[in-house]
Amino acid sequence: MSSTTGASIVDQARDPLGNNTPQGDRASTGRLGDRLFGGTAKGAGVLVIALVTLTAVFLLSQALPALGKNGANFLTSTEWNVDGSNPRFGIANLLWVTVASSVIAMIIAVPVGVCVALFITQYSPPWLSQPAAGLIDLLAAVPSIVYGIWGAFVFGPHITGLQNVVNTLFGWLPFFGNETGGVSSSGTIFFIGIVLSIMVLPIVTALSREVFAQTPVTHKEGALALGATQWEMIRTAVLPFGKPGVISASMLGLGRALGETVAVLIILSSLANDTKWSWSVFNGGETFASKIANNAAEFDSPQKSGAFIAAGLVLFILTFVVNAIARVVIERRKAFSE
Amino acid sequence: MAKRIDVKDLNVFYGSFKAIEDVSMTVEPRSVTAFIGPSGCGKSTLLRTLNRMHEVIPGGRVEGSVRLDDADIYGSDVDPVAVRRTVGMVFQRPNPFPTMSIGDNVAAGLRLNGMKDKKILAEKIEASLRSANLWNEVKDRLSKPGAGLSGGQQQRLCIARAIAVAPQVLLMDEPCSALDPISTLAIEDLIGELKSTYTIVIVTHNMQQAARVSDRTGFFNLAATGKPGRLIEMDDTQKMFSNPTERTTEDYISGRFG
Repeated sequence: MSSTTGASIVDQARDPLGNNTPQGDRASTGRLGDRLFGGTAKGAGVLVIALVTLTAVFLLSQALPALGKNGANFLTSTEWNVDGSNPRFGIANLLWVTVASSVIAMIIAVPVGVCVALFITQYSPPWLSQPAAGLIDLLAAVPSIVYGIWGAFVFGPHITGLQNVVNTLFGWLPFFGNETGGVSSSGTIFFIGIVLSIMVLPIVTALSREVFAQTPVTHKEGALALGATQWEMIRTAVLPFGKPGVISASMLGLGRALGETVAVLIILSSLANDTKWSWSVFNGGETFASKIANNAAEFDSPQKSGAFIAAGLVLFILTFVVNAIARVVIERRKAFSE
Repeated sequence: MAKRIDVKDLNVFYGSFKAIEDVSMTVEPRSVTAFIGPSGCGKSTLLRTLNRMHEVIPGGRVEGSVRLDDADIYGSDVDPVAVRRTVGMVFQRPNPFPTMSIGDNVAAGLRLNGMKDKKILAEKIEASLRSANLWNEVKDRLSKPGAGLSGGQQQRLCIARAIAVAPQVLLMDEPCSALDPISTLAIEDLIGELKSTYTIVIVTHNMQQAARVSDRTGFFNLAATGKPGRLIEMDDTQKMFSNPTERTTEDYISGRFG
């Protein structure tokens, strides 16, 4: 509908039924320019879909033969022996480490990123907001190997103190137990989660900043005129308006955390093959990406590489599921975002 | 409930730009006062100084005094947030909160004041929507988004939202300029009803509207572009539109400029 609630582009993109799925109109005139541009845009769209489909097909075709020979349960086993005529491998450990480290990263990065974005758009004086925004963006340009080395050699030695505190306070939870003795190590899921959060932070901040800055002035003034304080105005006008954007930003950040390779490879200490299962985040391990990178030298037979590609396939599906959930969350409140 | 507004020697600045010069006026309680004048004459700016909303714009400041009954709203110990809870405002474009339902929009101000009791909230929502002549149209869909209403309904929703917190004064900044004639009529009728309870100040570009709804009218003008706006004349609406004292008022009202 042509909403009169504010000058938001989002308002204009919706049809009368509230179905705002982006779609073509019938405005094309069939002239050369229209056909040329329409064709290019269509080509780009088809290309992306084709790329994703082909990636999935490739992963499946490589993974299935190896999975067929697998003697262990692929989803629940923690073993990883891909050699010989009776390979036994499973992704339980990889999945846990990948998800746990990313969840820790998001728990830290999303609130901090949203606060930084709010500071830059709502609180900071104009002379500070531009430089601050630029600095945050610069964080995104730092290569992940730098974070890895900095984490391992500079930050890492200081983390055990914090891990001790968390273990003492929350050790009764299985997630913060110390049965593996990992509290005194810096190669833990807990620590890589913190390092990942720093890498994710600029993504969350930059995108949140963009949406917060676009909050229509009419909404902000509406709240202020009711006698809202600045924080109440942010809560009633800015945060609800920016919520879909923050969710999208978090998903992009989560994608980076799930797929991060080099920093994880450097920091996280891998476990011996027969280590007992532990829920503790003060444990080492490997993520999907770091496992594959760690063993790149082993890709010498279709069976071995197939096993690793099967692990990669799970990461692919995981990312897909997370994004689908995010879409559902955004869609559910759609009627209230016009 | 309704309070008198006394403006004395008011100058309004945005940074170094002087937007309004030397305005003094009295607005009587339980009446409708209209501000008219050409674009850029500062009437909206003056309206915003009555609840300190001009301070939202960077560099906005005033010299002079604005009193509600006897309290100076620019006193050094006065919180602008408290002023805005006493002096409500309705804007040019209807601006219901898009992420809230119709009911929650009306309750927004009450919730900001810390009201949590569901029963009282429901009573106040109904009472405010009834006062805004909107209850019968929305009572079956209070939980639906406010953005689904027509423009005129949205503006009445905004009026309901403003009066839900029981303000002393209601400021309206061209409340009908984005609405069709039928919706405009509905809002004008509503203003007529609300003036028995509130002090109402309305800015309008529409002189017929000023003549229809207001008891007193103030005419603003500026000497030239870039010069501050001034209050040229303020009097009973009937006199202003039939026999104004100032020549420029007559020229403006009869459509010779503006």
